[in-house]
Amino acid sequence: MRMAELVMAVVMAVFSLYLMWKSAELPIGWIPGEGPGGGAWPFWLATGMLLCCIATVYRWARRLTPESRSEDVYMDSRAFKLFLLNAGALAAMIGLFHIVGAYGAIPAFLIFYLRFMGGHSWRLTGTFAVVTPVITFLFFEIALQKTLPKGFTDPWFEPIFDFFY
Amino acid sequence: MEILSLLLNGFAIAFEPLNLALIIFGCAVGLFIGAMPGLGSVNGVAILLPMTFLVPPTSAIIFLGAIYYGAMYGGAISSIMLGIPGASTAVATTFDGRPMALQGKADKALVAAAAASFVGGSIGVVLFTLFAPPLADIALGFGAPEIFALMLMAFATFVGLGGDDVAKTLFSIFIGLVFGAVGLDIISGEPRLIFGDIPGFFHGINFLVLAIGIYGIGEMLWTIEISKGNVVVSQASVSVKGILKNLVELTRTWKAMLLGSFLGYFVGILPAAGATPGSLMAYGFAKQMAKDPETYGKGNINGVVAPESANNAASTGAMLPMLTLGIPGSPTTAILLGGMVIWGLEPGPMVFIDHPDFVWGFIASLYAANLFSLLINIAFIPAFIWVLKLPFTILAPVIFILCIVGGFVPTLSMHDVWLMLIFGIVGYLMRKLDYPMAPAVLAIVLGPLAEPALRQSLLISGGSFSIFFTRPFSSVFMFIAIALLVLPLGKQALDARRRKTERT
Repeated sequence: MRMAELVMAVVMAVFSLYLMWKSAELPIGWIPGEGPGGGAWPFWLATGMLLCCIATVYRWARRLTPESRSEDVYMDSRAFKLFLLNAGALAAMIGLFHIVGAYGAIPAFLIFYLRFMGGHSWRLTGTFAVVTPVITFLFFEIALQKTLPKGFTDPWFEPIFDFFY
Repeated sequence: MEILSLLLNGFAIAFEPLNLALIIFGCAVGLFIGAMPGLGSVNGVAILLPMTFLVPPTSAIIFLGAIYYGAMYGGAISSIMLGIPGASTAVATTFDGRPMALQGKADKALVAAAAASFVGGSIGVVLFTLFAPPLADIALGFGAPEIFALMLMAFATFVGLGGDDVAKTLFSIFIGLVFGAVGLDIISGEPRLIFGDIPGFFHGINFLVLAIGIYGIGEMLWTIEISKGNVVVSQASVSVKGILKNLVELTRTWKAMLLGSFLGYFVGILPAAGATPGSLMAYGFAKQMAKDPETYGKGNINGVVAPESANNAASTGAMLPMLTLGIPGSPTTAILLGGMVIWGLEPGPMVFIDHPDFVWGFIASLYAANLFSLLINIAFIPAFIWVLKLPFTILAPVIFILCIVGGFVPTLSMHDVWLMLIFGIVGYLMRKLDYPMAPAVLAIVLGPLAEPALRQSLLISGGSFSIFFTRPFSSVFMFIAIALLVLPLGKQALDARRRKTERT
């Protein structure tokens, strides 16, 4: 935990420096007749972020924060595996949105999560994998008219929309 | 007496069969829309506005007002049950509502949210009825310095939200404000902070993306880790007796309810502010004024009551400048205003004289909508509790899907969905190191309001910060803000000195 505290503060300090540099693409000083330049607000806020990171590193060195005194592991192997499985499955589902669309990605994610991670029966898994996208479609696309991504399956939905409209 | 007679006439209009049916239907629809992550009152009112062309203008605004109210109630449901803010106005409800649900007190949190919404809405509508013109005058007298000072005061209360580590809390505020600055510079119109020249950043970072990322995905990852994958979601049960007992216990939270109601109502009146800043500020102030601030964020019922009463009071307050001056106080009232124009009504002071039936029918309907939203909300609590009893391996993927779809719907952009995943993962990793996440979410909401106010103020004063200390309202807000910022720092210094003394 102690090392993680330092690494996070340093990474965030570097990110703050990047934000300062990025903000300075617009004027950060006073422009006569216009007031503060467009980059001033984010530049000074990023400076504030950097100062906070420096304060955190200082407090880490002095062992003033509970994390800087902690001997615990930041993430044990089981937690890391669970994190990777969940975050990975989410990333894969979002990636699939681009290819097979929401109505292909959602059932795939549900089958993976319910059947292989949750150990539920095929009947329950199948029910959720079918009912969830149908409800999502009816609520978002038909009732609220919010179109979700469909990837290459887009033309398949034309008859359904023709039916409703 | 004249107001009373006009109000009674308004009740006669509101309780006509068509209008009453529209109130009940609007409350139910609003409750459902508000409970859906990513959708709030603004979506509900916008989507259903075309339907109102089928009924007279008075019935139309009564229907939209009922949706607005229902959505305000509904926003709390997914905040408490799933840990995903149902609407921006319910972000602050997540802070304590979700921990309460995880502790098996979901029924208590839901009853508290409903009752606080009712109290906030009732106080809001009474204030609306009695003090509309003078309050509108005060709020609309606010210029850029007052608005910035008010925002600074809100940020100062956030320092108290983050526990003892002031540096991490301030970092969280700053990073939220920077994310709020992404997009186009409001004055020059030039692109700003467009990371990697990715086009998706041109429309800025929608705060719901950050909120759902942190409180949806991040919260789920956190829950899965601390439970090692074996989550017991909630042992909450519900009964009529239990609901009544919870209602009686709520009398102890009257201070937070009143604070939220009055603060929320006043913030709601401010143009471009609305219910979201109102609820966040109410949470911050409730924590600052509490005797047990360390319990906030861990399931303190006052942390549910304050923002819920505030967002309902603010939603009523936001209608005040809309009706009296034709200036909307929130995005939803902007759409209501548009509706009034389409119905052939001109918002402003004359509407009270030219169309008293419309105005007073609408005001009376707010009383009714408030009551029906409460009843419908409480009636549905058993259904909400049932959802919580599902096994976590069923609930988790459904919540993840709601997060993804909820993150996509506001802007219809996959860029935002990826960003949400990144925020969720980074937020989870930072939370493990005790970085408070709430201030970042609050800052990204208030940032786009604070920056133009600061820049306009400095432009007026020629670059001098003294403008904030020479105007009566702004100077009061500034001094309170400074006090709120200095107090935690002083406390930290005293604690450090005490520890040093104890060691020696």
